[in-house]
Amino acid sequence: MTDIVSMQRLNKYFGDLHVLKDIDLTVKPGEVVVIIGASGSGKSTLIRCVNGLEEYESGALTVDSEKLAPKGSSQKALATIRKEVGMVFQQFNLFPHLTVQKNIMLAPMKVKEVDKSAAAKTAMRLLDRVGIGSQADKYPSQLSGGQQQRVAIARALAMEPRLMLFDEPTSALDPEMIGEVLDVMRGLAKEGMTMMVVTHEMGFAREVADRVIYIHEGQIVEEGKPEDVFDNPQNERTQSFLSRVLKH
Amino acid sequence: MEFQFDWQAAIDSIPYLLKGVPYTLLISFGGLAIGFALGIFFGLLSINKKWFLRWPATIYIEIFRGTPILVQVLFIFYGLPDLIGGPIDPLAAGIAAIALNSGAYISEVVRGGVQSIDKGQSEAGLSLGLSRPQTFWSIVWPQAFRRMIPPLGNQAIVSIKDTSLFSVIGVGELVRQGQVYIANTFTAFEVYFVVAIMYLCITLSLSLLLRFAERRGLAST
Repeated sequence: MTDIVSMQRLNKYFGDLHVLKDIDLTVKPGEVVVIIGASGSGKSTLIRCVNGLEEYESGALTVDSEKLAPKGSSQKALATIRKEVGMVFQQFNLFPHLTVQKNIMLAPMKVKEVDKSAAAKTAMRLLDRVGIGSQADKYPSQLSGGQQQRVAIARALAMEPRLMLFDEPTSALDPEMIGEVLDVMRGLAKEGMTMMVVTHEMGFAREVADRVIYIHEGQIVEEGKPEDVFDNPQNERTQSFLSRVLKH
Repeated sequence: MEFQFDWQAAIDSIPYLLKGVPYTLLISFGGLAIGFALGIFFGLLSINKKWFLRWPATIYIEIFRGTPILVQVLFIFYGLPDLIGGPIDPLAAGIAAIALNSGAYISEVVRGGVQSIDKGQSEAGLSLGLSRPQTFWSIVWPQAFRRMIPPLGNQAIVSIKDTSLFSVIGVGELVRQGQVYIANTFTAFEVYFVVAIMYLCITLSLSLLLRFAERRGLAST
């Protein structure tokens, strides 16, 4: 099967800062790839390149057979990719002026021209799936953080994406709400969704990931099955990172 | 000699002064409606990434914020006819002055409102596959507009009061009506008192309306 994501020697700069260095990375359909690394290592930037929220300077990037050119892709290529790639943000980014249900209905209606009643029905089905069907008519601010993030996942799923990007989806949550969001993600992985997940939840990574990637200062320094990366890291940077995050 | 407030004179002036109210309202709200359109247009231009779109907006905003509205209306009414070779209707000149002047201030309100919306909102829209215009008009703008209501209301009140200056070009608005009336009756104190009350009635009802709109708008955020 062809790769959903393929990055070759991708380089990205913020001004003089070289944030991604010669990244080579592929993701196969159905694969769950978890990206770990310290803050500022470039892991969020990496997945933001995949749906074109960040431009990159050199290299090549293909997402779902569509090429994203360096230094700004055509709006058409971006539109094609974004229809197939869902994203969940650290800060949820729900639309505060719309009810939970309308948050989910917006994109299918605007982008896929799904009619209103069908979109409403899909939204309810997805809300039930993430366990908050009873909150459909509330506004995001009336929900807990965990509930908001579950709505955000449902909103992305409404576009029936082939790939889901998670950018530290539990980092802004109170500890008691992390589990409910990870449960939903676990369920998605089990159903075969292709996922790229940036997270600090090492337990989740070990359990759900098919592959774990450790990024240090913009470079992939270690990559492999979770049991290999976590139990037997080869690179000393990975070793020191893991010893710091796994200790507590 | 002791001054005595002449209630009868004040009451007698009301019907004549009321004839000015429609003009005051027409110039204010006609001008503000066009000003709002100008404000959206230039406000959005002013946050465009392309300098050649941003510059015209900046020039427009700086000119009309940086010069007195009295000079602007005199320029339009007495100056422009030389250029276009014909007289300009004072009412049209008044509306144009309010439109151009409030448009400059509203541009800044629009810019501030739009820029106050978190970048994550557009990113969420774009990542769902919405185009840039769709993202702007269905996600960013409705939220920005809600935040713009209080400063827009403020501008409306300023513009309503600004129309009082247009007595100088002979539009029959409130102040002008007052001046004409006083010229015949010499009851300046009473008449300007009534004029002031009439302005207050207009601005206070607008304030109340806006507070209501704000409360309804904010209830859902």
